[in-house]
Amino acid sequence: MSGETKEELLRIRDLVVEYDTDEDVVQAVNHVDLQLGKGETLGLVGETGAGKTTIAKAILRILPDPPSRVKAGEIYFEGKDILKLSEGKMRKIRGNKIAMIFQDPMTALNPIETVGSQIAEAIGLHEKLSKAEVQKRAVDMLEMVGIPGERYGEYPHQFSGGMKQRVVIAMALACRPELLLADEPTTALDVTIQAQVLDMMESLKEKLNTSMILITHDLGIVAGMCDRVAVVYAGEIVEQGTTEEVFDFPGHPYTLGLFQSLPRLDSTEKRLKPINGLMPDPTNLPEGCKFYDRCPYACEKCKEKEPEMREYRPGHFVRCIRQGGEK
Amino acid sequence: MEQVSLEVKNLKKYFNTPKGLLHAVDNVNFRIYEGKTLGVVGESGCGKSTLGRVILHLLDSTDGQILFEGEDVTHVDKAKLRALREKMQIIFQDPYSSLNPRMSVSEIIMEPLQLKGGMSHAEMYEKTKKLMDTVGLAARLENAYPHELDGGRRQRIGIARALALNPRFIVCDEPVSALDVSIQAQVLNLMLDLQEERNLTYLFITHDLSVVKYFSDDIMVMYLGQVVEKAPSNELFARPYHPYTKALLSAIPVPDVHAPRNRILLKGEITSPINPQPGCRFAARCPYATPECSKEQELREILPNHYVACHRAEELMDKK
Repeated sequence: MSGETKEELLRIRDLVVEYDTDEDVVQAVNHVDLQLGKGETLGLVGETGAGKTTIAKAILRILPDPPSRVKAGEIYFEGKDILKLSEGKMRKIRGNKIAMIFQDPMTALNPIETVGSQIAEAIGLHEKLSKAEVQKRAVDMLEMVGIPGERYGEYPHQFSGGMKQRVVIAMALACRPELLLADEPTTALDVTIQAQVLDMMESLKEKLNTSMILITHDLGIVAGMCDRVAVVYAGEIVEQGTTEEVFDFPGHPYTLGLFQSLPRLDSTEKRLKPINGLMPDPTNLPEGCKFYDRCPYACEKCKEKEPEMREYRPGHFVRCIRQGGEK
Repeated sequence: MEQVSLEVKNLKKYFNTPKGLLHAVDNVNFRIYEGKTLGVVGESGCGKSTLGRVILHLLDSTDGQILFEGEDVTHVDKAKLRALREKMQIIFQDPYSSLNPRMSVSEIIMEPLQLKGGMSHAEMYEKTKKLMDTVGLAARLENAYPHELDGGRRQRIGIARALALNPRFIVCDEPVSALDVSIQAQVLNLMLDLQEERNLTYLFITHDLSVVKYFSDDIMVMYLGQVVEKAPSNELFARPYHPYTKALLSAIPVPDVHAPRNRILLKGEITSPINPQPGCRFAARCPYATPECSKEQELREILPNHYVACHRAEELMDKK
């Protein structure tokens, strides 16, 4: 469970990403620190616009530039800062050692190419294999994700949503990446299909010993899939720890608020406890704590200075000055 | 004695497609009492949205009966339909596409009042301001356009518009699925408050089972156009009988690291509702299917108020 004993695969230090708009600068990611051990699954949780996807795209270096730019920070992958690599070297990593699954399987596939050749393309780019071998690998990948090999020559529109997402997963895993970035991989799917896909992802991850960053807004999925979790709010990590720690002892008022806004199957409460208000405007972030306006525990001190990340329980970090725990 | 708000009898909606007859809603029966909520759950393509639309006459029914407050409203003329729509309204799923981008917030909310007629502009404006206050939209937003607002606020506009003519019954078609959890909770609470204040009756359509349990008095589970199970909310979650309901409930990701995990993984995917074979439509994916399943499955009362359409329901009770 604990990340310290595992060999480190990825370390992000002080990452800052901004987007330019006509008038303003959007502060999408603000001083993010993250690390990931080999074979580990890290959940990135947060609401729309929190900056989760931007973090993933920064790791793959596929942020559109302009308007976005990595303003500061380092991303160490297997000990090397990939932000300093040439584009040519980065291309050898992208899709090969680091792969990404996008949220919407309907738009992630090329509609005029067969699914088989789309999987084969990734393999052909990164591995020195003959055409026949590439094709064989692609068929193997299809079967690994539970699609019969005979469907190699079919087009995306012939597949259902769940099947398309399996194809996307096969593409991402085709080169046996060290790191898989999965951005809301099951959000577009129905629950019973989601259960199938999550189950498959878990067993493939185990089999290939892939590390994963799983981006989701669904705390239920985090509970089932992740070793550790980082909660993102307004471009910052506000809480980080093992999944058990964060779920059993949520320390940041935002995390607490998230849990309380969820309708629970085991509860008979007649009213939910929503978090009041909205996320701050990312072009105009407050000086102090970003959650200040919505926080039920806010005090003057929170307004003055951005709280530091501190260890509130062993291995469990929270960006809040409140002594954690009390409600 | 509780008053029945809406009753639906043997309701059918078939679509003609090039491949054959698509059974979107097939023989659906239910009754909702005034001030109560019936939750309709199921996966994409199970016919839940079509059901809502047929009830509101946004689509014509193929067969069956719709009774609203005791009156048969299955076939109504234009004038009658207009009157009916004052009492029956809908909140749509996507607050991004269900609002006219060229109309301001107050114009959108005022439009139903204008269409109804009989009010002066000042009266309508007064009413619009009140509605905005009711749904928690700040008065300063009256001249804002939808694109300037976030999803939660847009959905509040949709709710205010639905409430404008004081309806008694509202179809809520996935009203919170496009919203983030913290905002979703705000909107759900608002809808519950409104129900209490105005004694509204809801038909709540959703794919989110945790939301439906929290929100509904009764729940109806649909699969490929048919109702497979129907029961009071707590009862359904405590004692699901139908194998599909069981699988559906077990597939919900629970936000608790200590919760036991025994997901029932179904084989395959939802089949096509075009020219379906007689019998249980879930049989192809059901782990307990027998030849008997190819016979028509009747929705029968297995416990008081608990209906299920599976001939093996009793013997499978203890199976997970």
